[in-house]
Amino acid sequence: MSDQLFSKWASESRQVRKNIIKMIHYAASGHPGGSLSMVEILFSLMAEGGVMRHSPVTPSHPDRDRLILSKGHGVPALYALYHHCGYDITNEELMTLRALESRLQGHPDRVRIPYLEASTGSLGQGASFAQGVAMGYKLNGIDKRVYCIVGDGEMQEGQIWEAGLSSAHHKVNNLTIILDYNKAQIDGHIDEVLSLEPVKDKWLAFGFHLHEVDGHSYQQLTTALRDTHPTKPSMIIAHTIKGRGVPFMEGKVDWHGKAPNSNELELALNSIEENSTIGLQGGANG
Amino acid sequence: MGKIATRKSFGQALAELGEIYPDIVCFDADLSKSTMSSLFANQFPDRFFEMGIQEANMIGAAAGISFTGKIPFICSFGAFLTGRFDQIRMSVGYSQANVKLVGTHCGVGIGEDGHSQMGLEDVALMRTIPKMTVLQPSGDRECRQMVEWAVKHQGPVYLRLTRQGLKEFDLPPFQLAIFPQLREGEKIAFLANGGLLESAYEAANRLSEMGIVNPAVYNLHTTKPLDGTFLTELAEKYKEFVVFEDHSTIGGSGAAIAEWMAEYAPIPRRVYRYGVKDQFGESGRPEDLYQKHGFTPEGIVTFFNKNS
Ligand SMILES: Cc1ncc(C[n+]2csc(CCOP(=O)(O)OP(=O)(O)O)c2C)c(N)n1
Ligand SMILES: [Mg+2]
Repeated sequence: MSDQLFSKWASESRQVRKNIIKMIHYAASGHPGGSLSMVEILFSLMAEGGVMRHSPVTPSHPDRDRLILSKGHGVPALYALYHHCGYDITNEELMTLRALESRLQGHPDRVRIPYLEASTGSLGQGASFAQGVAMGYKLNGIDKRVYCIVGDGEMQEGQIWEAGLSSAHHKVNNLTIILDYNKAQIDGHIDEVLSLEPVKDKWLAFGFHLHEVDGHSYQQLTTALRDTHPTKPSMIIAHTIKGRGVPFMEGKVDWHGKAPNSNELELALNSIEENSTIGLQGGANG
Repeated sequence: MGKIATRKSFGQALAELGEIYPDIVCFDADLSKSTMSSLFANQFPDRFFEMGIQEANMIGAAAGISFTGKIPFICSFGAFLTGRFDQIRMSVGYSQANVKLVGTHCGVGIGEDGHSQMGLEDVALMRTIPKMTVLQPSGDRECRQMVEWAVKHQGPVYLRLTRQGLKEFDLPPFQLAIFPQLREGEKIAFLANGGLLESAYEAANRLSEMGIVNPAVYNLHTTKPLDGTFLTELAEKYKEFVVFEDHSTIGGSGAAIAEWMAEYAPIPRRVYRYGVKDQFGESGRPEDLYQKHGFTPEGIVTFFNKNS
């Protein structure tokens, strides 16, 4: 069953990756690296058969699982996923990314598109926001989860650690933070700029229920996402590759915030077509 | 001369000044290629600190290092730097730390990235802090002079820089709070800074050709401190002022001038604030956003056609 599902996702994710690259190309600006690194994370959460309970028919249902993209610059991937899931973002609208008056702002705007849940783009704030939503759910007796994706560069912000300390203390067990550990930020690799290591020990010490997975493996991601704890919030350290799926972008710091030109677009689209096993075989083991 | 972004002028100037002033140190928060502090980093790797994405920590550390005789320049987008207001208010302001804050990517002129990355309230925030100097260069030469001025000045400085290139005007050497005059005029004066100086200057030429108004134009490069003697002279010369800025009209340079004129002008003078009007920024091409906010010469001319 899950093998079939994962094969389906692997094949569908190619169109999503193509859309991400196209959107950024047409916008002539945006962030391909950190969008591509979280495609498998987003599929595992949002796609049909994924972990989250949500529906394009009732996007503001009070009883929905919510996803907060703290690393807001990765939003092209989120737009592409919402489109894939049948939300009211059409293919044409996807290509209006970053254009004047478009709902598809360069960073998430929850007023223009309420199911984005939070307006982000200034790094470090999403985990606190997610903590608050999760606390509200508990008060309201709603048995749903709040997921929050943070970047590894972003995790250098102190506020992320405040959210960690606080969520564990307040037993916000319906919160899952996912670290897109793609090892790169803008000025270089995480370990050169400001290392997070030993990141796993830190979050364990903070009192989180923790999983460390290959962030391009559907098998590992969905298993970890489903394994929650009765009292502790969850942290999933997802080892990923920045620019995953487009070989010339993979692991390249320079592709953090640069749009592909026409030649690069074509090259990227072709290589995405060839790469059909991402998600099934993973690829990032730390 | 082509247009040069003031962030680039800043990076080059700091790298040059680093030779002369060994106490200059520089911090960045994972944006050194955008703020152009990378130019200093390449030259003086031992005096450059890449802090990672930690603006609050960077501000605190810079305050601390300033009390060991160093002159720290700390760089990020203006929105993220001034967003850590309490750290600036306490560690820099109240402590009277000799920290130079460099905020780049200010205004809607950055374009596609949208609201979250735009410095739109930075001047408003910084000018509330006692003893803070708030500067915005209009071009390359002036920016370099300001950086050197900031090095020599004892006390906190906020330098507001643009992502986009700016037209280079022929200006006298930078003098704190004395706005250079770019154009003669009568009755009305345009005071403008950053990306809006060129538009205001162009618009003034067209408006006077059209016989609508004949505005004088000044480069409002200092928002704080203001010079009472200089502003009194302006108030005696002109009846009306329009302040143009790529910043919120609330609390910005226009507000600073309006406050001064309301309180101290020998004869009450009218001040219009021309900027981002109590709204959020958004994505779009810089030229589209300039048009939307009436920041082009055409937009300014249209505004005067309607209102005169
Ligand atoms: C508070 C804040 N500081 C700086 C930035 C500018 N910025 C945008 S993305 C980025 C790097 C993010 O790195 P990471 O979190 O690792 O993202 P990813 O690799 O997933 O793209 C920076 C510094 C920002 N958006 N917010
Ligand atoms: Mg990263």
